[in-house]
Amino acid sequence: MLECVGAVAIAALLAGCGSPGAPVSDSPPAQRADAQLPPARGDAIVFGTIGDASTLIPMLGSDSASHEYAGNIFDGLVEYDKTLSTLEPRLAESWDVEDGGQKITFHLRRDVKWTDGQPFTARDVEFGFHLIRDPATLTSYSEDYKQVQSFELLDDHNFRVVYEKPFAPALASWGSMVVLPRHLLEGKNINESDFGRHPVGLGPHKFEGWERNRLFTLRSNPEYYRGRPWIERVVYRVIPDQATQFLELKSGGLDMMGLTPLQFSRQTSSPAFAQSFRKYRYVSNAYTYMGYNLADERFADVRVRRAFSHAVNKQEIVDAVLFGLGTPAEGPYRPGTRWVNDKLPSYDYDPAKARELLAEAGWKDSDGDGIVDRNGMPFSFKILTNQGNDQRLKTATMIQKRLRDIGVDAQVRVLEWSAFLNNFVDTRRFEVIVLGWSLSLDPDQYDIWHSSKTGYKQFNFIGYKNAQVDELLERGRRTFDEAERKRIYDLIQEILYEEQPYTFLYVPVATPILAARFRGIEEAPAGISWNFPFWYVPKGEQKYVITR
Amino acid sequence: MIRRLMANPLTVAGGIIVAVLFLIAILAPVLSPWDPNDFDARRVLEGPSAAHLLGTDGLGRDVLSRMIYGARVSLMVGFVAVGIATAIGMSLGAFAGFFGGIIDAVIMRFVDVMLNFPTVFLILSVIAYLDASIWNIMVVIGLTSWMGVCRLVRAEVMSLRERDFMIAAVALGLKPSRIILRHALPNAMAPVFVSAILGVAGAILVESALSFLGIGVQPPTASWGNILTEGKDTLGVAWWLSVCPGLAILVTVLGYNLLGEGLRDVLDPRLKAR
Amino acid sequence: MLSYLAKRLAGFIPMLLGISFVSFMVIALAPGNPVDLMTDLNPKASPEARVKLEQYYGLDKPLYVQYGLWLGRIARGDLGVSFSRDRRPVLDKVLEALPITLMLNVIELILIVAMAIPIGIYSAARAYSLLDRIVTVFVFIGFAMPGFWVALLGMIAFGEMLNWLPISGLTSLDYESFSTLGKIKDIASHLILPIGIGALTGLAGMSRFVRSSMLEVLRQDYVQTARAKGLSERVVLMRHALRNALLPVVTLLGLSLPGLIGGAVIGETIFAIPGMGRLFYTSVLGRDYPVVMGIMMSTAVLTLVGSLLADLLYVAIDPRMRKS
Repeated sequence: MLECVGAVAIAALLAGCGSPGAPVSDSPPAQRADAQLPPARGDAIVFGTIGDASTLIPMLGSDSASHEYAGNIFDGLVEYDKTLSTLEPRLAESWDVEDGGQKITFHLRRDVKWTDGQPFTARDVEFGFHLIRDPATLTSYSEDYKQVQSFELLDDHNFRVVYEKPFAPALASWGSMVVLPRHLLEGKNINESDFGRHPVGLGPHKFEGWERNRLFTLRSNPEYYRGRPWIERVVYRVIPDQATQFLELKSGGLDMMGLTPLQFSRQTSSPAFAQSFRKYRYVSNAYTYMGYNLADERFADVRVRRAFSHAVNKQEIVDAVLFGLGTPAEGPYRPGTRWVNDKLPSYDYDPAKARELLAEAGWKDSDGDGIVDRNGMPFSFKILTNQGNDQRLKTATMIQKRLRDIGVDAQVRVLEWSAFLNNFVDTRRFEVIVLGWSLSLDPDQYDIWHSSKTGYKQFNFIGYKNAQVDELLERGRRTFDEAERKRIYDLIQEILYEEQPYTFLYVPVATPILAARFRGIEEAPAGISWNFPFWYVPKGEQKYVITR
Repeated sequence: MIRRLMANPLTVAGGIIVAVLFLIAILAPVLSPWDPNDFDARRVLEGPSAAHLLGTDGLGRDVLSRMIYGARVSLMVGFVAVGIATAIGMSLGAFAGFFGGIIDAVIMRFVDVMLNFPTVFLILSVIAYLDASIWNIMVVIGLTSWMGVCRLVRAEVMSLRERDFMIAAVALGLKPSRIILRHALPNAMAPVFVSAILGVAGAILVESALSFLGIGVQPPTASWGNILTEGKDTLGVAWWLSVCPGLAILVTVLGYNLLGEGLRDVLDPRLKAR
Repeated sequence: MLSYLAKRLAGFIPMLLGISFVSFMVIALAPGNPVDLMTDLNPKASPEARVKLEQYYGLDKPLYVQYGLWLGRIARGDLGVSFSRDRRPVLDKVLEALPITLMLNVIELILIVAMAIPIGIYSAARAYSLLDRIVTVFVFIGFAMPGFWVALLGMIAFGEMLNWLPISGLTSLDYESFSTLGKIKDIASHLILPIGIGALTGLAGMSRFVRSSMLEVLRQDYVQTARAKGLSERVVLMRHALRNALLPVVTLLGLSLPGLIGGAVIGETIFAIPGMGRLFYTSVLGRDYPVVMGIMMSTAVLTLVGSLLADLLYVAIDPRMRKS
């Protein structure tokens, strides 16, 4: 799934976006030794969240808070493992892929129950599947499932799906979207159902209470098929900004939050902090880029785009905006994953080369005013970005200056999100934008780069059209052969590297902080929350007493 | 009158503050030691020092320079917004007062509606949905603060309407617009002027609040309010970002209020000292 | 009295219509629509899904039809359903947030009045003295302080450095486990900062007003008469002058209601208090039009009721009005 990183980057990053790459822990070695204390049941964990969820039904929620909350209540058939390279069984015990991926048969576990006692069966998946494809359901996620040609229920715990054509991202799509209790929802209008506010699930935790915009609480599910979680209660507190969250963290009101780069590097290094908290960092699954409207003839010239990529000092941006907590990006894949093509050299910061390239493209400063021009027209345009994202704004500001250094006059303009999208992006009335993508774990990026996705409100809004890339994208999603896919996506990255339809800027590092009393944390490419149901607090250190 | 004004030290203080601010705003390019947009990635969030008297912000920009240019923004917003409000208020008030009857009733109803409307709501909605440019902010603030002036002018015009010289003027066939402009309005100018000065203070407060919330003047343009936003995000790390712009707003608004109140005391004939 | 009341209540209707019109116009003229926020930049959302959503929310009908439908529903007390994904009735959301904001504002008002009146009287009694000037300066400074800035400083000082007070939300995490007294204490400690700061900044204007109102009254003939009769200054002030001076104050109270509610927006957002102000702010940003309009209308109703109460109070205090 591809989603654009909107207003608040950090919370979204924390919500289940893990990443491969060498994880680094900031806890001193001594603390890891006492992870030997045995697990004990009890205690609660308090998360801070910027926004409240809108619904707890996975297929209806489009915001990250909804997915975060619901992720505790529902499980999928499969899920990515901690290295983020293979899919692990969850509700599906095993599966058979046949016909090059066109046919997939799932074998489900038999020991799973919904928290109201009813058994989980393949009929629940069938129900969810038909529901998500139903045109009346207000979901944004039906595309993946529309690729399925037929759904055949073999018995209570087995089913088979046949796709029109092999669809590589298919396997991963059988997550928690389509797992819903048929016995509670059949025949009801899912869009208006109270189930979204009082769900019955089968995940590690079950729903307890929800005070809108304040508190959301969960209790451990004793019947969870992977073992009852040690932490008895999970609480989400809605605190709309990170500064306040940080104050709450310090006073003990929060146990975990996503730190801003500033907080991570300058405000959490005292001995007191090291004693009560542990900081973690891992490369996140998102990148920030500068996109060019390729319909604008100035940017249609690849030399101009390459010039800009050399004019921008990516490391400087990472240092200033992220306090060093990030890496410059050279392509649309996260550094450290197996999909990234690491044989490509980076676009170094080289203003001289940038000027050269501009001159080649016909842009010279003929009137000595410091701005390059061509045919009497100065090279002047606006860089657009959205409100509410301080990092993006700072990035755009720095880019503006560096462009000025090579004689290009750029102005930064900040717009409210919806107006930005409607009036400028969708109508293609932009020149240059600074935005970000958060990426799915499957390497398929059809929706961003394919030439068929340049229509109204589609994501190839820069208008990138390359026949070779098109063909590669098609082939990449139709084969299940990993080696073949690697070759294909490497080639795509080479082409993107040559053409620079985006100037890829940076990949940030996620920096969560967690109260020290929690044990069982295992850092992995997926981050730290991947094994959350197995965290615990040793008996003597428990903070909250949970009464029945 | 000037002497009476000078008699009150508070008013004098206010006047000095306003004058100094004016100068700072006009002489900004001369006064500011650095280019307000010049950043330096190596000097991010440094405290006050010899080179940077008020420290640097999150991109290494000089805070003092940004505050000096921020004075320009604040004053500009204040003046234009109040200008718009006064223009609208005077016109509507004059019409209502002079013509009376239905026109008056309709306009007054409208004034009531606007007064009962939490204007913050209006401002928020409009700014959030339109481009948050300086112009939009000024216009919106202007459009929501004309009511006081309107009532003032209306009252003044109405009281004049009954006077003999007015009745004579109408009988002589002088055009109403001329009567209003030449005779009625000048009398109302004094309280309107006071209201305008106080209005500038109010507009500055509103603009800084909006910028603080992130829907006012957008960075990289410097405004006292949006420097404070960064102050909030850097609580505990960069106190100078929280303290300095707030103080600047405080002093500015204080200056205008003192001046305005002092003027009111002097100009309002009913409030003569004992 | 009753006829006065009836006339006033009747006057509400055109007022409410006017406000509803202004509210609707603002929303209608806004570019973009709420469906965008749900489906934007999400590749899984097809164009059909958007059209579906638009029809569902009634956004595809022409403006005047939407206005008419909305007005009709309001008249029946139905404020519609929120556009946000939780689809809860607007009325529920408003009623949830309303008591909190009301409580905040009422306590604040009481504090302001309780502090402003003595300060105002004192300043008027000793007008132009050194003490008066000092108090004036303090009051002016209070007036000039941007509320959000003071809130910020308050949060740093009391919340972070001294750790005396909680700095966000209405209640602590384990609120439910407190005794009733504990609950009251908990809410109180959360509200001290927002209310305190709000009261301090609102104090200035009110005390200044009381002062000038008192000054004006003190110049009146009947006050001179009272003094000539030999009554003590205190009696003159309290018994005769105050009553009359308070009249404009009551009117001012009525007029300041919209301002207070508006000011709640910033205060509640900073302190994360789940009141109407914050609900409004998040709804505006989330383009949740029914909630935005619902709040504007309910606020309008509240301010009208408030000013009606102020007028009634006025009549109660001023014996001259009672006869007419």
